[in-house]
Amino acid sequence: MSVDVEIDAKGLRCPMPIMKAAKAIKEIQTGQTLRVQATDPGSKKDFEGWAKNGGHTLLSVEEGSGVYTYTIRKG
Amino acid sequence: MSETKPKKMAIIVHSGSLDKLYPVFMLSSTGAAMDVETHLFFTFWGLMALKKGGLESAGLPGFMTIGTDMMKGKISEAKVPTLTELLKMCRQMGNVKIYACSTTMEIMGVKKEDLIPEVDDIVGAASFLSIALDSDVQLFI
Repeated sequence: MSVDVEIDAKGLRCPMPIMKAAKAIKEIQTGQTLRVQATDPGSKKDFEGWAKNGGHTLLSVEEGSGVYTYTIRKG
Repeated sequence: MSETKPKKMAIIVHSGSLDKLYPVFMLSSTGAAMDVETHLFFTFWGLMALKKGGLESAGLPGFMTIGTDMMKGKISEAKVPTLTELLKMCRQMGNVKIYACSTTMEIMGVKKEDLIPEVDDIVGAASFLSIALDSDVQLFI
């Protein structure tokens, strides 16, 4: 699936993956998508909460080799 | 983005030690990222952290002071930003307000020019309460 913006937050700890995602989502339009890659295991719940609170949709969460890939549609 | 009124968080920052200032700035920066309007009211030892160079010199409390450099090293190794960097991020997001307690300033002999420029205002308890009464989250750290 193609996305509009991709962010690499691998190796960063809380709160940096969310901070980077928040900055990036401000730059895109409603309906556009953002993909974030992170390695912080705490980011899984954080992204669920952040997306829900901001009215965005967490389209998918993929895990592999210690990397979490989040795809979010801006709401 | 939903059209509802933004969520608000009010925190009394009473402690000026590294281990307490971290949660303050972690929650504030994350709050900023979650569009939470955040108000930080610095009083007593917390106010000392708002003096120029205060965030940089904040250490662990009491007898643990000796471990401050080791803790800072571990924080840096974990790629966690410094307090100063977190403050900068909060300001960039634009929805984190910083207040200094006027009574503490009087007691501790702190002048406005001693404080970092990020301080938005010098206020009293009534100002904090009027914000806190209207907030979704209230904390004392």
